[in-house]
Amino acid sequence: MSALPIIGVWLGGWALNIWLSRFDTQLTRTLVAVIFGATIIALWEMIVRAYAIPTVILPAPSQIAASVKANTGILWTDFVQTILKGALTGWLIGAAAAVLTAIAIDRSPFLQRGLLPIGNFVAALPIVGIAPILVMWFGFDWQSKAAVVVVMVFFPILVNMVAGLKATDAMQRDLMASWAAPYGASLWKLRLPAAMPFLFNGLKITTTLALIGAIVAEFFGSPTRGMGFRISTAVGRLDLPLVWAEIVVAALAGTLFYGLVALIEKKVTFWHPSQRN
Amino acid sequence: MTDAVLNAPTARRWRLSTGNLLPILTVLLVIVAVWYLAAMRMNATWERDQAVRAGVELTLPDLITRTLTQDRPVLPAPHQVAAGLWEGVAGQPVTSRRSLVWHAWVTLSATLAGFAIGTGAGVLLAVGIVHSRSMDQSVMPWAVASQTVPILAIAPMVIVVMSSAGITGLLPKAIIAAWLSFFPVLVGMVKGLRTPDAMQTDLMRSWSASGSQQFWRLRLPSSLPYLFASLKVAIAAALVGTIVAELPSGATAGLGARLLSGSYYGQTVQIWSALFVAAILAATLVAIVSVIERRTLTRMGLAR
Repeated sequence: MSALPIIGVWLGGWALNIWLSRFDTQLTRTLVAVIFGATIIALWEMIVRAYAIPTVILPAPSQIAASVKANTGILWTDFVQTILKGALTGWLIGAAAAVLTAIAIDRSPFLQRGLLPIGNFVAALPIVGIAPILVMWFGFDWQSKAAVVVVMVFFPILVNMVAGLKATDAMQRDLMASWAAPYGASLWKLRLPAAMPFLFNGLKITTTLALIGAIVAEFFGSPTRGMGFRISTAVGRLDLPLVWAEIVVAALAGTLFYGLVALIEKKVTFWHPSQRN
Repeated sequence: MTDAVLNAPTARRWRLSTGNLLPILTVLLVIVAVWYLAAMRMNATWERDQAVRAGVELTLPDLITRTLTQDRPVLPAPHQVAAGLWEGVAGQPVTSRRSLVWHAWVTLSATLAGFAIGTGAGVLLAVGIVHSRSMDQSVMPWAVASQTVPILAIAPMVIVVMSSAGITGLLPKAIIAAWLSFFPVLVGMVKGLRTPDAMQTDLMRSWSASGSQQFWRLRLPSSLPYLFASLKVAIAAALVGTIVAELPSGATAGLGARLLSGSYYGQTVQIWSALFVAAILAATLVAIVSVIERRTLTRMGLAR
């Protein structure tokens, strides 16, 4: 009997979405996505309650929300430790280092031809694996997490930035030359702005990598705070609602981080065709 | 993330030509040299401490040879890693628990199983999305948003929860790998199935092609370049997912478990050799997909 309302909610949400999707406006598109998300959460809640699924396997959304509310203090310290100190610092250092390296090797085609294939190769490797080594070197606190993040984000950004510095065409460079622009001026006024869409592509890809690096590195040793630490200890105590609360925070932080970078991209590269609607 | 990778300004190219060989080798040589110097510097502190304690005066050549032959160095020298790698690959019977081939196989099997599941599900859902507007509007925003969520970071937790529910072995790891390879394939495949422009679909319609004919003869073939681009991202992601999924302390087999036990017991050479096996595995998998891609696209006349 308990299956009937579940199927009812499912079919109801589905039918509503099919009907709404016919209009195809900005508003209904958002509505459809929101209804889909809400239906999933409602189904999750109902299934967990109806079939009495143990909290250890899957807590209900309401339990997770309650845990978020009850543990705001813990969640905030973990957020500061992992996201702000570990991921954000590492990401900024890694991005700065990659951009500077890209500009440095920009004048040497030899170095580029040597570094780029290696950079591409390294970008596809399971770099999280260096986490245990860096934790050994830099200690348990956030510095080691930032180091992991630096290594993880360096190569994707480098590869994109080098490609970006090449994105000007001969006509534009000739124009700069005909104005007798020195290297610095043509870099600053032409090639850096032209590289921005590529750079931001790299920056956006690496936001998720930064969070992953910072959290995974904590599994190899951390002080008694941090999201990775909390996840592994809460799993040990079978406090699954807290684990899911951390996941919610990580998901929100990831989306926010990406959204912020995308927003800055919009401001900086407003001239690029991909930003025009 | 994948969406961004597949979009226009992208720098991913996997082409190697003979003209690049010399620069690459130079850079590699520089890396190895820097590595040796770093190994000497980082391992020297411990050797000096030992010497002071023993009351011995260390000469420089002595110090250098000692830093490069430590049992548990802070940073093992390249030849030590190579020796560890050789010992793990060729020095053991393949079935031994100390054999890196065996651990690599454990990881590889879960990776491939997950990759197959994830790719299949991704392609199927993409077909559904392309054919149903309501599915498109419901699922796609979430699929794209999910790319910004650090799913990988919660992989070990999923493993622990599943093992408490009685699911162990290859399956939990494969589920993580599938989950990670699912989204790149979904996003790439939706984009690919949508590439035929109005002119081409109009032409199909003027031949009164049925829906399925349009799918098999126009949409599917023109989506293949996108599919392969996503497959390369997906198989690398699947491998990373499997390795991270092997991190919880319960696991005793696989490259991830090898990394973790190495870090517990300070066996740096073991960590580095496991890392190199993982790197070789990743490179080989991506290379295999690339070869299949080039063959297929060349035969279909789509090679760029």
